[in-house]
Amino acid sequence: MAARLKPGQGPLDYGSRLWLRLLFAAIFFVLYAPIITLVAFSFNTDKRGVVWRGFTLDNYARAWNNASLIEALTNSLVIAVIATVFATVLGALTALLMWRFRFPLKGAYEGFMALPIVIPEICMGVALLLFFVNSGMMEFFVHMPWPLNLGNIIFAHVTFCFPFVAVVVRSRLVGFNRQLEEASKDLGASEWQTFWSIIVPFMKPGLIAGALLAFTLSLDDFVITFFTSGPETVTFPVKVYSLVRRGVSPEINAASTVLIVITVVATVLAMKLQAPPRADKG
Amino acid sequence: MSDAIVSIRNVTKAFPGGVTAVDNVSLDIAQNEFFALLGPSGCGKTTLRRMISGLETPTSGQIVIGGEDMAFTPPNKRPTNMVFQSYAVFPHMTVEQNVGYGLKVTGVATDEIRRRVGEALDMVKLTALAARKPDQMSGGQRQRVALARALVKRPKVLLLDEPLSALDAKLRDDMRMELTRLQETVGITFIIVTHDQDEALSMASRIAVMDKGAVQQVATPAELYEHPRSRFVADFIGKVNLIDARVHRQIGRKIDCELKGVGRMELASDGLVGGQVAVAVRPEKLKIAIAEPASAIRVQGRVRDVAYYGDTSHVVIEAADGLDLSVNVQNDTRLGGSGVERGQTVWVHWAPEDSIVLTE
Repeated sequence: MAARLKPGQGPLDYGSRLWLRLLFAAIFFVLYAPIITLVAFSFNTDKRGVVWRGFTLDNYARAWNNASLIEALTNSLVIAVIATVFATVLGALTALLMWRFRFPLKGAYEGFMALPIVIPEICMGVALLLFFVNSGMMEFFVHMPWPLNLGNIIFAHVTFCFPFVAVVVRSRLVGFNRQLEEASKDLGASEWQTFWSIIVPFMKPGLIAGALLAFTLSLDDFVITFFTSGPETVTFPVKVYSLVRRGVSPEINAASTVLIVITVVATVLAMKLQAPPRADKG
Repeated sequence: MSDAIVSIRNVTKAFPGGVTAVDNVSLDIAQNEFFALLGPSGCGKTTLRRMISGLETPTSGQIVIGGEDMAFTPPNKRPTNMVFQSYAVFPHMTVEQNVGYGLKVTGVATDEIRRRVGEALDMVKLTALAARKPDQMSGGQRQRVALARALVKRPKVLLLDEPLSALDAKLRDDMRMELTRLQETVGITFIIVTHDQDEALSMASRIAVMDKGAVQQVATPAELYEHPRSRFVADFIGKVNLIDARVHRQIGRKIDCELKGVGRMELASDGLVGGQVAVAVRPEKLKIAIAEPASAIRVQGRVRDVAYYGDTSHVVIEAADGLDLSVNVQNDTRLGGSGVERGQTVWVHWAPEDSIVLTE
């Protein structure tokens, strides 16, 4: 007699099997335990942050009052915002170029454009540093007043962020029904009106997702920033690194938790907006 | 035609790569006409449509719309509007915004936009759905939005691309009547572009049949069906029995010819007749008889297939010389059915005047 399946044992009911659930739990534990520890210890009363002594919000207050930490965080946010704006515009235009036009060596261009995504960060860092030094840009920007002294870092961040925006926006544009554009022109709209009232609204979820991606990438970048920042400027990840070398303090935990929250919120938003649209192909 | 609203003069469109999609086409479409461009896919009708609406420019020739050569006028400057096959309703706008879009981009005052959008929505019976987004609507409703959006512009010519193809059978009938009604009310020239002969025959007042980039015949639906000028048109419009025939001689306005599998007879034909012609007879013009009929054209054969369609039955009869004849039988009594069964030997006959002699 053929074996009979019980409810929950169907071929697609993997989720209800115990061993699989345990495996999931183990994987999630390994992935998230360090982060949870970091967040938990940001509320710890113990000065050296190794043993749990009690709950407090003092660490947040102290991080807030640490002028150099706040300065680094401000730098990071300013860089991230400016770099995001530039990367989004540049990335969107690149995506449009690739979607809309045919030109010689398009394939090669597309490949080179995506290079910053795959190239090791350390190489990008060194390359950009050499470029800034040899072109005189390093010298030029470093002595500028704040926030212009962040110019080199912003430049570097735009360089590695815009391909991500381009990829996201490009994949959104693939779903665009070209007849919408033709309908718009047929109804009397010029090329420019069609772009702003039909194409841009269609790209919007891609633009927002790309921008948030660029923002998070820029905010927590360490390697490239480390290479391209001048001796005076410090960003948050670089500052944290220099503090950690002198021992982990709960203050850093607190500041890092804030950064994690910002990053997670931005990523969740980006993923939400990148979700494939339902039946809105027109 | 002097009152032509669209006049296509010697238009050719050759694409890079050597494909000539439209080859020296000339057509006149009159004011207030319900015109159809009909042809199989790849016949050039879509390219012609795109050239009329301005989405494509001709390689040579003129496209005169409302008395002005507009062959190179961009689409946003033409008095033509289009209902796309996919409807192309803007997904991020409400019904109202969709319909008002064409007025807004051309700088019509807000009050007038509101008034005209209201009228247009009223015309297509969508007033109740004005605030909906397209993704909350059915295909038929979206098509109405596309229709209102085009009509609100008050174009001289409205182009419709396969307007019924995406609708289900019931909705098709409604939409067909709706389009005919609208065309009569608004008094705009409608041009439908389709590969579906039913769509063209049932709505259009005149049809241009296209094949291989050229217009094969322009005529009313009845004329196309009963007086096709070529084998292609006879075969493409409706079903037809095409019988090869050899012409012996011409007698006045008649020809003396030998129909393969049927026999020798005299048929009316105006054209200069070569050696080989085709004789076309529509399946519903053929009659089946059990006993030998008195008709001038009759042929005996065996019933090979009977397909029952409810109102009619399609019978295939195998005659001599490998000739297959399709006969449509009206099932006009409840109990009679088609009256024949597979394997039966019967006579097929038809009136000589129901034969169409095709020379090309």
